[in-house]
Amino acid sequence: MQTPPGAALPPADDRAGYGRAGSGVTGAGIRPVVALQNVTRRFPGVLASDAVSLGFLPGEVHVLLGENGAGKSTLVAMLSGLQQPDAGQILIDGAAVSLAAPRDALRLGIGTVFQHSMLVPSLSVVDNFTLGGPWWQRPDRKALAARIQAAAAGPGLRVDPFASVASLSLGERQQAEILRALMRGSRCLILDEATAMLTPQEAGALGALMRRLAATGLAVVFITHKLQEALAFGDRITVLRGGRNVGMIAPDVLQARSGAENTAHIVSLMFGEDSRRPDPLSHDLPRPAPPQKGPALLKVAGLSTAGGPQPLRDISFTLHAGEIFGIAGIDGNGQKALAEALAGQIPSTGTLHLGGAEINGGVAARRRAGLSYVTDDRLGEGIVAGFPVATNLVLKEIGQPPFWRRGLVQSATIAAAARALVQAFDIRTPDVTTPAGRLSGGNIQKVLLARELTGQAQVVIFAKPTYGLDLQNITAIRARIREAAGHGKAVLLISTDLDELLELSDRIAVIERGRLSPPYPNDDTARAAITRLISGATGGADV
Amino acid sequence: MSERFRTGAGRELAIQALFLIGPLLAVLILGGLILLALGANPFSYYAFVVERGMLRPSGLEATLTRMGPLLLIASGLIIAFRAGVWNLGGDGQFLLAAVMAAALAPLLHQAGWPVWLLLMAGLLTGAITGAAWAVLPALLRARQGLNEIITTLMMSFLGVSLANLLVKLAFLDPTTTTPQTRTLPVEARLPRLFDTTISSGLLIGLVVVILVHLMMTRTAFGLRLRVVGANPRAALHAGLAVPALTIAVFALSAGLVGLAGAVDVLGIQGNIRADWNPAYSLSVVPLVFLARLNGYGTIVYVFLFSALSIGAESAARRLGVPGYFSLVIVALMLITFALSDHFQKRRQRLSQI
Repeated sequence: MQTPPGAALPPADDRAGYGRAGSGVTGAGIRPVVALQNVTRRFPGVLASDAVSLGFLPGEVHVLLGENGAGKSTLVAMLSGLQQPDAGQILIDGAAVSLAAPRDALRLGIGTVFQHSMLVPSLSVVDNFTLGGPWWQRPDRKALAARIQAAAAGPGLRVDPFASVASLSLGERQQAEILRALMRGSRCLILDEATAMLTPQEAGALGALMRRLAATGLAVVFITHKLQEALAFGDRITVLRGGRNVGMIAPDVLQARSGAENTAHIVSLMFGEDSRRPDPLSHDLPRPAPPQKGPALLKVAGLSTAGGPQPLRDISFTLHAGEIFGIAGIDGNGQKALAEALAGQIPSTGTLHLGGAEINGGVAARRRAGLSYVTDDRLGEGIVAGFPVATNLVLKEIGQPPFWRRGLVQSATIAAAARALVQAFDIRTPDVTTPAGRLSGGNIQKVLLARELTGQAQVVIFAKPTYGLDLQNITAIRARIREAAGHGKAVLLISTDLDELLELSDRIAVIERGRLSPPYPNDDTARAAITRLISGATGGADV
Repeated sequence: MSERFRTGAGRELAIQALFLIGPLLAVLILGGLILLALGANPFSYYAFVVERGMLRPSGLEATLTRMGPLLLIASGLIIAFRAGVWNLGGDGQFLLAAVMAAALAPLLHQAGWPVWLLLMAGLLTGAITGAAWAVLPALLRARQGLNEIITTLMMSFLGVSLANLLVKLAFLDPTTTTPQTRTLPVEARLPRLFDTTISSGLLIGLVVVILVHLMMTRTAFGLRLRVVGANPRAALHAGLAVPALTIAVFALSAGLVGLAGAVDVLGIQGNIRADWNPAYSLSVVPLVFLARLNGYGTIVYVFLFSALSIGAESAARRLGVPGYFSLVIVALMLITFALSDHFQKRRQRLSQI
């Protein structure tokens, strides 16, 4: 790592909007509020945390950056007392402590705001704040509400104490949780994937709030897998990879260098120096040349559904062999209904022709006809978490030869086929007998791909195939999708990630309130056209 | 080096043994304290139960005979629980099936049917009656998603009352003053094994529980049921016919419980008195969970429970300890085994470091 040129350069442009309060107190000699020393935590087959040493200084926003499975959540769990380190120690104000339970962490001044709200939705904010108090006391709601408002005024939080939590937006719930942590006397505030559920505006506001909180002398720890947010909000960035602390970028270095230099450095830390794959931040990957348009493989005419949150209305399109047909749109406009109606999971009207023959009936019949569906709800319906990987790989073939003969299971055949798929699809699992639920999200997705892309599949529906995965797995999954089309399968790619659609698709249509727009060829004007269609669809044409 | 290794392995073996024997010792001690509170001598109670339930030949034969119906009920529960169906209506299914078999068999005997055919007819009647009593909960669950815990329990109360009513009104034996069904002569009952008093119902139970175990673990049908039980949404996603499978589970489960009722009547009781209700089904529920829904484990636990209940019935007469005490022991076992399991898992997690 090169030595930073003088520390007096102006802040990088992409952080300019957030102010730099608090960065002046991070000089040497300040003792960390909370420090980790060689903290190690193991799970079956995984070293989730490998001798991690870190320190969180007061007045600083310290970003812990890493892909899914880098060990971020494990660190949070140990800092909040949910899990205990197997080796190493946690220091608070320089003294080793044991955080055996969440109340220990709270007592010692570590407040954690988790990714998913920990408030009781049916109660008001005040009532939520009284939880955890002594059971024999009757809470004084009025006094507490006054204290809530007083405490909120300081860092500029807006919390209505008597609002029911269910009526609050996700951003407002988060503010209430931050406030609760502050009112419990936290000196170190941990925000775990805090922006994952927020709109871009809310995320920006949260970043500004973090800066204000740090300015009051709080040690703020912000956990994220988004590089841009790390650069925008952080004073100090620590990169985690494979459970290890692979590098820390100090505030002076971060400020001295340009955004591009910092980005390049962080990417090399996150993915290792031997980065042979394309720059993951570039959205201008060369798309494969439009393939020779194969024969029409799937013809959908007048597909409609009734019921559900968003019924489909008269959807028609044609899918050709070897093409990737993208469906763009804001989530909740009928994407799920479209995938499930095509796969046969929900009843629908209209006609469906695959390779000239009409297909109808349930999931099994359509699958036999060559239609397979990679669901986005991997844990909910994609796998049976407690069953072995091998069983999950044949979950849609139960009773079929060669895995079952005369109704009897052929365990050796299944295990051999599973081992071959694990190899072919690079599924990282200790063994094919490991319960599928123990795998990471990316590997569960590979199990689904292996199941849906092998065998008789001719038409493959992908629903949000890279949602929630880390960059490495995103790259691998996208390569698989391209490869499937390259082998002459027809691919329907339903995604809410426009960059993904632009990277992969040959044609793109927009789904909006259950209706499908005419398809656009994916050329240089596609981004503008699709964006216009989507934003027009939401009624904000002049934004 | 090898010396150290050996002592390490020996220590490991001792710890494993502790996890196995520890809970049983805890059950005996806790149960002994309760016995003391009841004013009974724990040592003489335990000695009595073991002697009457397992050691004395007549006691052992009674224990093995009782295993037949219990194993059949356990088989029915294993199918249901593995498929995520809580069939808690076993008592009603069992009793109604027993009453129908008890009513039919003596009539067929009087009509001169051969014994084997009569027994077949009786067993089939029991299975069909049991399954019929689960039709309503099955349809409500499969079509409307109605919780079967409530419906099967409600049907159970109705079934027990209806069985009672049938004995008193329809199937009453006119030749006796006690309200009971006609008695099936001993020579027309399920044959006894060899020269003992053990009913061949034991064999039926053993064969069925092993078949059910193999069905659930080795066949495509069993895997489909387990998928429905473990993740119904994954079952729908994989294209399984979930409503049809659910109805099949109810039919099989209740059918086997009904078969248990028929085996009890045709092999052991011979007739049914009004107000007779052994309530086996709810006692078997904890046993199949102790065995983790494993067929072979179930055989072991059913044997232990059977011996315990036979011994406890004698003890109730001789030592004044209520017969229900066998259920207290089962409950203590559930608690101590769950705790042992918890600590064993924690230890495994720590040892992986």
